Amino acid sequence: MKRAIFRNQLLPWLLLAPQLAVTFVFFLWPAAQAGWQSFLREDAFGLKSTFIGFENYSRLFGDPHYLNSVMVTVVFSVSVAVLAMAVALTLALAADRMIKSAQTYTTLLVWPYAVAPAIAGLLWWFIFNPTIGLVPYALDMVGIDWNHSLNGTQSMILVIIAAAWKQISYNFLFFVAGLQAIPASMREAAAIDGAGPGRRLFSITLPLLAPTSFFLLVVNTVYALFDTFPVIDATTEGGPAQATNILVYKVYVDGFLGLNLGSSAAQSVVLMAVVIVLTVVQFRFIERRVEY
Amino acid sequence: MATITLDQVRKVYPGKVEAVKGISLDIADGDFIVLVGPSGCGKSTLLRMIAGLETISAGTVKIGDRVVNEIDPAERDIAMVFQNYALYPHMTVYENLSYGLRNRGMKRDEIDQRVKKAAAILEIGSFLDRKPRALSGGQRQRVAMGRAIVRSPKVFLFDEPLSNLDAKLRGQMRVEIKALQRSLGTTSVYVTHDQLEAMTLADTLVVMNGGVVEQIGSPLDVYERPASTFVASFIGAPPMNLLPLAAAGDGYRLPDGTLLPADGYPQGKAAILGFRPEDVVIGGTDAFSLDFHVVVAEPVGAESFLHGKAGGAGIIVRVHGRTEARPGDRIRIGVPAARLHIFGTDGKRIAHGHISARDRATETQAALT
Repeated sequence: MKRAIFRNQLLPWLLLAPQLAVTFVFFLWPAAQAGWQSFLREDAFGLKSTFIGFENYSRLFGDPHYLNSVMVTVVFSVSVAVLAMAVALTLALAADRMIKSAQTYTTLLVWPYAVAPAIAGLLWWFIFNPTIGLVPYALDMVGIDWNHSLNGTQSMILVIIAAAWKQISYNFLFFVAGLQAIPASMREAAAIDGAGPGRRLFSITLPLLAPTSFFLLVVNTVYALFDTFPVIDATTEGGPAQATNILVYKVYVDGFLGLNLGSSAAQSVVLMAVVIVLTVVQFRFIERRVEY
Repeated sequence: MATITLDQVRKVYPGKVEAVKGISLDIADGDFIVLVGPSGCGKSTLLRMIAGLETISAGTVKIGDRVVNEIDPAERDIAMVFQNYALYPHMTVYENLSYGLRNRGMKRDEIDQRVKKAAAILEIGSFLDRKPRALSGGQRQRVAMGRAIVRSPKVFLFDEPLSNLDAKLRGQMRVEIKALQRSLGTTSVYVTHDQLEAMTLADTLVVMNGGVVEQIGSPLDVYERPASTFVASFIGAPPMNLLPLAAAGDGYRLPDGTLLPADGYPQGKAAILGFRPEDVVIGGTDAFSLDFHVVVAEPVGAESFLHGKAGGAGIIVRVHGRTEARPGDRIRIGVPAARLHIFGTDGKRIAHGHISARDRATETQAALT
């Protein structure tokens, strides 16, 4: 990075000010508010709040609903990240083999990314709607009774598909770029070295794609943890029976619908801590192994 | 070790672009063949067809007695050194060298033995545990070579392997490649656009242009008797001087109007006269003399190049050692008859046996005024 030297001590701060102001107003200040609020208990009418220390937290970890939500989130996030990346990689490998049609193919595959998450959720809600949807109709013919508003597993499958679908485009673009950055001579050398297509994929292509994959893993995990709120809200609203109530949705339900601001704030703080820890772990321990 | 036989090999890309237009070539066992030509002449395509990285549109490629047109690169028993080396960046040098052996299910101790041996030959034993990014350009080049020799293939294919190295290292690696090929005796096909590399490495030189072979021969043969104006100007640095000759009555006229007698040249047709910069004799010769206007003098050290005009065309003269000539000088230059090359207007060489005969017979006679 280029190092600029300023004569004036004030100028660098002035140049940084807009960015710092935005960060402060939209991130640090609300985060601090949430932190403070997580130590308070507010009465139902919002007239009075009492300092109760860590009681919100201790209640949270004793609450079976919350622990259930943690489990749901783990299943959901891992599934979304794995599904979105696996499908995107498969499509990218297919696109990489094409020369002429790759452009069209790529353009078409990028479209889902332009669809708002709530719309995407609704779209899948229609497709899987037990009364009017196409998929339940088809599944009925092979003897599967689809009703995600009653069946927790089916509901989970629905939100995973809806959430992963949107992310596939994004992952696809990165995978295609990553694949195209691998020199063709590398694969040719491997072919001459006697590696068949399968072995080439696993011993050359995938290892060389590791930096891209790692980056996408971080992005997808964060996406699954936070940005999937509209998908859940538009399809299942966390139900049935909390089966798809992921942590970020529970924060909203408890805080804005249940008006339990203290607990909701405590949940936000926990979520924030999880993401920080996850990111640090990913960068510290995994990144070191993907470098070559 | 094997022969390579190409028979009317053609490559047509989609869109009817014909990159290789029916090339036939017999490469003897242990021969070092260099394919040389400007970019886009089809030399790399031809090499890649031998390797199996490009499909063959027509004709046959044989390695040994086997037609390999439909055989996978892995099964052709070849090794290739790429221009960018194509080392696997996530593997150590040892893993890079052993990858091809592991893929073929060779036993561990035999792999180890072979890798150690190849590493010893190429003096890369001390960094077998390093990854390619920790190596210098020259070391990477050696590893790429090591990956080729470790498998003891029938054929080595080189695709401009030295073009990413600096000039000094290139000269050094050139000598090493030659020595290595000599000692292993493996049939090799080497692609380059560098005529110096081509001249020094080749047992047999194949000059290509526009998808066809212009000339095949030993490097010095090609240099001494270029088959066309293309070869004449491509092989040799600086290139051969070429002067267009127009038919004028009994003789010829140079672009600036100077008349040459037809004596000894093919008569009545336009032609192209060629001579190498180093064959120029200052002061003129009886066979051929011209006034030369020096425009630029380039002292290179051991020799000097004089760029200028003679007979209405750009001419380069190579002078041994230093030169007293300055820009603006007018010098009389000439070429011994035996050193003149005559080409037809189609660029093809025309044999001119009686020029040299006449030269010997009437040594003192002035041919030009």
